[in-house]
Amino acid sequence: MKKLVIGLCALGLMLPTLSVAADPVKIGMITTLSTKAGYLGEEIRDGFQLAIDQEGGKLGGAAVELLVEDDGAKPEKGKQIAERFAQKDGVKIMTGIVFSNVAMAVVPKIIKEDVLYLSANAGPSDLAGAGCDPNYFSVAYQNDNLDEVVGQYVTEAGHKNVYLLAPNYPAGKDHLAGFKRYYKGALAGEVYTKLDQADYAAEIATIRDAKPDAVFFFLPGGMGINFIKQYAQAGLKETIPLYGPAFSFDERLLAAVGDAALGVKNGSQWTHDLDYPANKEFVAAFKKAYNRTPTLYASQGYDTARLISSALKATGGKSDLAALRPALKKAEFASVRGNFAFGNNQHPIQDIYIREVVKTETGFTNKTVKKVFAKHVDAYAKECKMQ
Amino acid sequence: MLLVIEQLLNGLQLGITLFLMSAGLTLVFGIMQIINLAHGSFYMIGAYVGATVAARSGSFLLAVVAGVAAAAVVGAVVEVLVLRHLYKRQHLDQVLATFGLIMFFNELIRVIWGRQPLFMSIPAGLSKSIQIMPGLPYPTYRLAVIGIGLLVAVFLWLMFAKTRIGMQIRAGSSNREMVGALGVNINLLYTLVFGLGALLAGLAGVMAGPILAVEAGMGESILILTFVVIVIGGIGSIRGAVVGALLVGMVDTLGRAFLPAILRTMLSAATADSAAASLSSMAIYILMAAILVWKPRGLFPAHG
Repeated sequence: MKKLVIGLCALGLMLPTLSVAADPVKIGMITTLSTKAGYLGEEIRDGFQLAIDQEGGKLGGAAVELLVEDDGAKPEKGKQIAERFAQKDGVKIMTGIVFSNVAMAVVPKIIKEDVLYLSANAGPSDLAGAGCDPNYFSVAYQNDNLDEVVGQYVTEAGHKNVYLLAPNYPAGKDHLAGFKRYYKGALAGEVYTKLDQADYAAEIATIRDAKPDAVFFFLPGGMGINFIKQYAQAGLKETIPLYGPAFSFDERLLAAVGDAALGVKNGSQWTHDLDYPANKEFVAAFKKAYNRTPTLYASQGYDTARLISSALKATGGKSDLAALRPALKKAEFASVRGNFAFGNNQHPIQDIYIREVVKTETGFTNKTVKKVFAKHVDAYAKECKMQ
Repeated sequence: MLLVIEQLLNGLQLGITLFLMSAGLTLVFGIMQIINLAHGSFYMIGAYVGATVAARSGSFLLAVVAGVAAAAVVGAVVEVLVLRHLYKRQHLDQVLATFGLIMFFNELIRVIWGRQPLFMSIPAGLSKSIQIMPGLPYPTYRLAVIGIGLLVAVFLWLMFAKTRIGMQIRAGSSNREMVGALGVNINLLYTLVFGLGALLAGLAGVMAGPILAVEAGMGESILILTFVVIVIGGIGSIRGAVVGALLVGMVDTLGRAFLPAILRTMLSAATADSAAASLSSMAIYILMAAILVWKPRGLFPAHG
């Protein structure tokens, strides 16, 4: 009897969803809109929304509804939002998480509960190797890809003695490990600083004394601003070139760093000047809609939406996962990055570049210097059991 | 050897910034018996107002004046509107109220200036390095910070030791009622002292602006160091603040600078690097614990 009641109730719950098939496809965006890093989430959201607006409120012919919530860069808050999206709103596609620690709190759980997650930024290694999953796609990168490219470039540029600097927390070590994977020379030093350290005078004096050929650093957010400014003030920028991953060099951070970052080279899979029709169209449309140059993060949000669009088009607007997964995996869309395909671990196989910070009449920005990796596969793909 | 001298200068510069912060905080505690967690907010206000004025006017001097004045005015207003009602309350109430002020100011800054860090450039005349010794260039701006900090320390000492208002302040800290009975306007005196503390924090903030990212919440990281300084120095003592600030500045800087190299002589490189990173971030707390075991009330306790 009890089973029958439950069965009837369940049927009752299902009926409304069966009868109104024309409901918009709900996409849940969990992202960081507050705190100092809040602009990262804004960029992802604005890029994503631009793609929806370009298709007149649809993606791939299907009406979509974008639900955006702020996780405040906190893992537990991200988890709550994901639960609310899944249970209350019935969201089956989620995206938008900025930080890897938030992603690790949210993603492994929801992909087990048959929700698709498409990462528009965070790409932790735990989800790229043995922890890969058919319901998880990274549309941005694997976290240390942008360090690997600098390691390769620095080696090609003939630097034989490089000094490394990162904050003392797991991501700091991961990023330096990515650099070392492709860097072939010797290390003049490898220093881990306090997380959220503000003054780097002691480290900079030690760097001067160590006389390296180059310095590679990973210091996200305000830490990077402080380090770059102080490095330039100490007069080292002219004598010892500075390299880093793109995370300290997006256009919005550069506005706060100013001249100190001029000429610094950094690794990225995208720049606004890449010569692809899809990219030109995106950059122009973004500037028109928001009156600013898009950052790396905006391009990732945009590509994520375009990918969903291509998949929905292939399934005829059906959003059931069995149909969506293979359609997503084909990645049949014109990425703003040009080459873009998913590897066996559903992370991007893409070109990665070295860029340089330059000054234009509209402010500080990056220009592409060189394509270093063509169709680059991340280091963790071979540990993934998927085909 | 040159590296040691350079690191000593770095330690001195950090110590002097910490002194500007801790002098105000310890003054307010020593005289008014109030724990003010929002002291870092004055530092932040000084930096924000300074950065804005510098960007608009192009004059660094004007930025310093405006940043310092803004911090002092906000400090005085906070004393009159909020803290005055807390003098008779327990320290826990004061901690709660001033913690609320931190959140209020951080949010206010975000409302006014947005969430993006501000850009503040070094004044042109101070933007280069100078050779202070053959083979040792040092950023001119940091030397200027050291110089200004030393001037302020001398000024404070003169004010407390030699002037009438300094005498009144010292007397007020010992016996509030008696000083009031002698005809000194104790409420005004307290507002002035609090404003002075905020002014020093604002000065530290505006001078840090060109070196650091000017962003909401920048006051909290320095506030923790500031509390370590006044706990080490003895709460309420200016002399303690001087010694504590220099000790913390040196230990923090020298630990970061030399621990990796020292440990590398004993351990494998990878182990040494990670051990040095952890140890150097703990160094000032180890120092604080050691001093408190030896002198539980700090090096120079204010009242006997």
